[in-house]
Amino acid sequence: MTAYLVRRVAALVPVLVVVVTVAFLLIHLIPGDPVSVMLGPDATPAQIHAARQALGLDRPLWEQLLKFYTRILRGDLGQSYFLDRPVTQALLERAEPTLVLTFSALLVAVVIGVPSGIVAAAQPGSLWDRALMLAALLGVCVPGFWLSLNFIYLFAVRLGWLPAAGYASILVDPLAALRYMVLPAVSLGFSQSALIARISRSCMLEVLAQDYIRTARAKGLSPAAVTWMHAFRNALVPVVTVIGITMAILIGGAVVTEIVFNIPGLGRLIISAVLRRDYPVVQGVILVTATAYVLINLVVDMLYVLIDPRIGYE
Amino acid sequence: MSEAAARARWLRRLRRNRNVVTGALIVVLVALAALFAEAISTHDPRRLNPANRLRPPTLEHYLGTDEFGRDVWSLVVHGSQVSLLVGATTMVLTSLGGIAIGLCAGYSRRLDLPLMRVMDGLMAFPAILLAIALMAARGPGVGNVIFALSVVYTPRTAMLIRSTVLGIRELDYVLAARALGRRDLAIALRHILPNCVGPLLVQGSFIFAYAILAEAILGFLGVGVPPYVPSWGNVIASGKNVIREAFWVSLFPGLALTLSGLGLNLLGDGLRDTLDPRLRVP
Repeated sequence: MTAYLVRRVAALVPVLVVVVTVAFLLIHLIPGDPVSVMLGPDATPAQIHAARQALGLDRPLWEQLLKFYTRILRGDLGQSYFLDRPVTQALLERAEPTLVLTFSALLVAVVIGVPSGIVAAAQPGSLWDRALMLAALLGVCVPGFWLSLNFIYLFAVRLGWLPAAGYASILVDPLAALRYMVLPAVSLGFSQSALIARISRSCMLEVLAQDYIRTARAKGLSPAAVTWMHAFRNALVPVVTVIGITMAILIGGAVVTEIVFNIPGLGRLIISAVLRRDYPVVQGVILVTATAYVLINLVVDMLYVLIDPRIGYE
Repeated sequence: MSEAAARARWLRRLRRNRNVVTGALIVVLVALAALFAEAISTHDPRRLNPANRLRPPTLEHYLGTDEFGRDVWSLVVHGSQVSLLVGATTMVLTSLGGIAIGLCAGYSRRLDLPLMRVMDGLMAFPAILLAIALMAARGPGVGNVIFALSVVYTPRTAMLIRSTVLGIRELDYVLAARALGRRDLAIALRHILPNCVGPLLVQGSFIFAYAILAEAILGFLGVGVPPYVPSWGNVIASGKNVIREAFWVSLFPGLALTLSGLGLNLLGDGLRDTLDPRLRVP
């Protein structure tokens, strides 16, 4: 297991090198002169010159890249132009809401998705199956951010059951945090639950066609026992890997959801940074989210090996 | 079987697939709306009319008006132009990029590893975040949205083409072509590429759907096409500000977005079932 872990971690190195390079190249994609774009039209030539030297843009590209790598390796993501603090500090301050939102949405997606898929697979072609799969198809097509707006209109404006927007820290006021988090988590998790339902269903159908399921039925086990004790555990394995893919979509979706619900997380950080041309913050957010995603997938792969002893780690 | 007969049978299978037919009908409907936007819209979508703001749907304004008094029906109809332009162009560009990268990686052992590591790296970013970052560098505009989304979605197509090429490369007829002295490029283009068309069509319709959605998200976040351009994302964003008084402003462009997504997803699912039964979801 240790050798496998070491190999998997080593395989992350080239991916992260590309991730850092893409973040670095971002500055060089700015049309024209990046410095005059960053400083705005009022900058004097002296300021532009000073900023260019400070950023190292007067050095050859490979030297800039090398410098960028060493800086990132030291954990230094630079200084925000507008927030007047290091980017790492800004990221830490904004990480909690995004983490809470992403994992609540994942919980919603799994809690709705997995049982729906299993119920649908238990009687393929039945009314339940068709209704659930139609709902899943719609769920895949309905844009999450638009669903959030409709939820706000229905549950906050019309019915007044839940707050329309805002955030409370789970550490400070758990009850308020829950009330604020319900709508964002459900609207973000819903479309992913559709994806998970479709995949759980097809995995269950595959497992239910196996010989050992027929054996279990033949020896007189109840349908529920066959479904839950024998089939479910084996169908779980591919579903776990889907969660890795889901995480990438949820992290991206969290950005949009935060804007809709006015949640002060990484999404609002990157959008305001884009509008203010605060490039170090933009770089910081995409570096951190990509790294988080890569690490989550590593954990999912580890879980995969733990759940299914048949999968060797050679 | 002659080529013409094969094609006829293939078309018949497509026509019999309910998903393909429904999906194609929806996509054609949206395309017609985009083509004849001038004819079917009732007002100029860019004209501001503050005296007429936030009117609920009536016979004069089928879908009501927004906070600037613009006609929502005309905005939705014109919005389909931006969506389809971005979706279709992104689909074409990702297919071309994916073919070029996928063929190189699948065909040349030397290029395979570096190209695939770069694709892995690009796919490590959550798609929408990478698009936002690229838009931050390039600035708002339709061309930049297409550029950003093409960069984001090309790796998926490249990986698909590569795996298809790897599967075909060792088949007998490719070996035969090589034994006959055909050059690598000719083998790749004449013998291998045609086999990628099916997977490409399936992937293309899903990328079309993703791109339309992503364009709307970028517009909604205020980092996509400029705010004065009628696009579904922009209109939903302006509806967000007035959701308490006027739910219709965000409701209808969102419905149009959902419908287009549904059409393209149905088309993709149906094409997959027809063209590649191995990929069928039971």
